[in-house]
This record gives sequence, C-alpha cells and structure tokens, in this order.
Amino acid sequence: MARGFEMSAQFSIGERVHVRRAYPPGHVRTPHFIRGKTGVVANIAGEFANPEELAYGRDGLPKLALYHVNFRQTDLWPGYTGQPSDTTVVAIYENWLDADEGSEP
Amino acid sequence: MHRHHDMGGLEAGPVEQTDHVHEPWEKRTDAILRLLTGKNASVMTVDELRRGIEDLGPGIYDELSYYERWISSITNILIEKGVITIEELGKEMEEVQARWREVSK
Repeated sequence: MARGFEMSAQFSIGERVHVRRAYPPGHVRTPHFIRGKTGVVANIAGEFANPEELAYGRDGLPKLALYHVNFRQTDLWPGYTGQPSDTTVVAIYENWLDADEGSEP
Repeated sequence: MHRHHDMGGLEAGPVEQTDHVHEPWEKRTDAILRLLTGKNASVMTVDELRRGIEDLGPGIYDELSYYERWISSITNILIEKGVITIEELGKEMEEVQARWREVSK
C-alpha cells in the first residue's frame, strides 16, 4: 500500500485531539492560537522530518506524522460572531498532539 | 509567549492587496534559496530559513521587506555553516559599494 504512513500515525481521521499548551523558545510550527485547544483530525497529510530539528541543521529523523486538524472557530476566538459551524484547519505535527481527555473544548 | 512571526489572530490592520513588480535582486534572492535548498546541493533547509527570519527579532522583522528578510536570514545561516566568512562578505560589500559610487558619479 502506497500510503503506508497511515500505519505509523498515532491518531486516525475523525479522532479528537488536544494540542499541547506549551510555549518553548525556538522554531515552532504550531501557531499560538490553537495551543491548548481541542480539534478533530480531518486528514493525515503524510510523514515529514521534524521541522523543529531541521531548523537547526539536524536531520529531523525519525519522521513525524503531519495532520490536518479542524477546530471550531467558536473554540478559538472569544466573542466569535460568525456562524457557529465555522471551522479552521491547521497542519500540526504529531509531537504537538495528545489524545483528547475530554477536559476542555 | 510565542515568536513575533506567529501573528495569526492578532490585530494587524487592513491587508495591502496591491500587487507589485519584483526587483531583479529579489528574483535573485529567490533563485539563491532554491539552489541552496535544492536536492542536488542541499546546503540549507527552508526550515533554517524560517528560523533565521524569526531570529532577526521583532524590530528588524517589521522594518525589512519580505525578500530583505530572506537574504538576511540566508546570509546569517551561511556564515553559521562556514559557507562564507564575515571577512569575505565584508570585503565583497566594500567592493560593491565602491563600484556603486563610481557608477553613480
């Protein structure tokens, strides 16, 4: 099967995931506005070398699964005035995700 | 805290949507990065480029234009990796400035 990367991905499409609420220094690809938020895996984009390591001249291996995660806009922005069904999708590497414990939106 | 470039969701005023013509040096900067990150001679990664741009810091980040950020980051990373030395870069810059003074007399 060509899409063998799905075998090593820890989360599956449709699963609820929690983004780590961490603010380390250095090159980080996870935008600040989704840290600590919960979303749903919409797609598994593939496996890629870790950009946090590549950014400092290292090889970034082993590769990490990269997910497209859907968030409800109302979960991201206080006082959001658009449609409650509005979502935003963010590409997130697996090392930033935990299984959702159902603790917060 | 998050780094300065991570601006998603922050107040930023209107987006300027007018197109502009790229200067020859901007096209050359683009070409230099493609050569440096290419498969044939991978000297650096785009992740290092991004990290270098973030490392410029909030003040300079805002003062420089898009490709000025690129060439500043590329320069710093090539010095870091020992591809070019500060001395040869400084001498080359002196020569260019001298040539420019001649031309603009």
